[in-house]
Amino acid sequence: MLINWFRFSSPVSFYPVAGSWSYAFGATAALLAGAGLVVALYIAPTDATQGDAYRIIFIHVPAAWMAMLIYLVMAGWSAFALGFNTRLSAMMAQALAPTGALMAAIALWTGAFWGRPTWGTYWAWDARMTSTLILLFLYLGVVALRAAIEDPRRADRACAVLALVGAVNVPIIYFSVQWWNTLHQGSSISLTGAPKMAMTMLAGILIMTAAAWCYTIAVVLARVQAIIVERERGAGWLESLIDLRAAR
Amino acid sequence: MSEFLAMGGYAWYVWMAYGGAALAIAVEIASVRARRKRAFEALRMSVEPTLRSPSMLGARGER
Amino acid sequence: MSGSERSSAGIPLPGADASADGDSAGNARDSVFAAVGWALARDIRVALRSKGELGVQLLFYVIVVSLFPLATSPSREVLATIGPGVLWTAALLASLLSLSRLFASDFHDGTLEQIALSPRPLMALVSGKIAAHWLTAGLPVALMAPLLGVQYALDAPVLGTLMVSLVLGTPILSLLGAVGAALTLGARGGGSLLALLVLPLYAPVLIFGAGAVDAARAGVSAMPQLSLLGAGLLLALVAVPFAVTAALRIALD
Repeated sequence: MLINWFRFSSPVSFYPVAGSWSYAFGATAALLAGAGLVVALYIAPTDATQGDAYRIIFIHVPAAWMAMLIYLVMAGWSAFALGFNTRLSAMMAQALAPTGALMAAIALWTGAFWGRPTWGTYWAWDARMTSTLILLFLYLGVVALRAAIEDPRRADRACAVLALVGAVNVPIIYFSVQWWNTLHQGSSISLTGAPKMAMTMLAGILIMTAAAWCYTIAVVLARVQAIIVERERGAGWLESLIDLRAAR
Repeated sequence: MSEFLAMGGYAWYVWMAYGGAALAIAVEIASVRARRKRAFEALRMSVEPTLRSPSMLGARGER
Repeated sequence: MSGSERSSAGIPLPGADASADGDSAGNARDSVFAAVGWALARDIRVALRSKGELGVQLLFYVIVVSLFPLATSPSREVLATIGPGVLWTAALLASLLSLSRLFASDFHDGTLEQIALSPRPLMALVSGKIAAHWLTAGLPVALMAPLLGVQYALDAPVLGTLMVSLVLGTPILSLLGAVGAALTLGARGGGSLLALLVLPLYAPVLIFGAGAVDAARAGVSAMPQLSLLGAGLLLALVAVPFAVTAALRIALD
């Protein structure tokens, strides 16, 4: 099935696509999450050193990966928005930021509860957690800037510039935090320690990551639908939608 | 079952972590749905005056 | 300068004085340097008119630095440990405070728009403005810091490293801060929004800057950190004006 992608490049044509795909990905996410949770909480064996506390990684690792990945995708859409000046690209970037922030927050939250039983402290300023914290701040900055600028098109471009500046800085930030952490690691705590991977553990993490990916796509597509309606109000084509859809 | 909930003594940590994540996701889903609904309602309100047909009334029969 | 166009600040705008026509390449090169020089001179003139404001910003730095011993302990060991971090973090905050005058007043009285419309390259003018900002905000902090470092029981070689690290780092703060200042022009949220946008970007500068001083305190060479700061400065000098100019055009549209 050949899809002419450019057919979907306007908010008008993308809108129904966003709707149906959102439900499809949402259903897939639910199935994958169900399977993943069964593996995470039941099938995967208890770890010798960390006990059952290690099961948190099945949430923590996917969330941390998604936080990074979503930022890259957001930066990509931002580049499109600046390069091709398309409204939909900017709307996609706008829709991605809150979910990215949420994933970063979940990564931090679960990381703290994993850290306490395993290494004795809720927050240990290790390199990855600190970088994730800064990533959360970058996300919140994009969201805050969007809210602070009245004109939507100006907000599109400003947030795109900010997202790209942030994207360039993320490797620098990560490198500098890594350096800072290794220098100050007086204690013998090694904070990279996920337990040695049994196959089931790896499978569980991969399933949960796939679930997180599908969930993200589902939520972002639903959000972009709301954004399209919010911003395209006044354009004639929206009226026909009221007939076709109750506020679903 | 109680063994499952006890999580080998780490119940607090595991369930706070999983629970917090589940709560965050539930809040996000709810907020996106509410946002869509608000957007549709605003759209409906802005278009209402041009639609005279009674079939356009909302479920509560309001204008 | 005898240009006929003047900005509302009464200072001639770039391009108002038609320079003598030479070969086009030389003209373009001269034009860029002239633009940078013009913007630099103008902004310094404007800043010097309100010396009080500059003084207040420097005083802010002094006061913040003086607060931390009150919050922690007057013991020399504690102060020496936290000193580099405090002196550097306060420099970040002072930079944030001074960024508001980089573009805002020109934006509000329309001068910025006129500057953008002039025939001189906007990126050059922007670079001049940022350079002026560093000279009037960052450099004074870098020079003041060693004096305050004495309060924190830091010895002379450490103070020297402190000053070098700040001289290398504060221009980066001015550059990165300019991006935030340009993006938030005319937006709600004011200084807090600017801080939220810019402080995460400042983190690496803080890490290496304070890290250099810590290394000096430990008696180890600070060259790795200072080299990284220097490299970061070069990268920022090349790349950041581009982003700032783009952000300004977005704000002025």
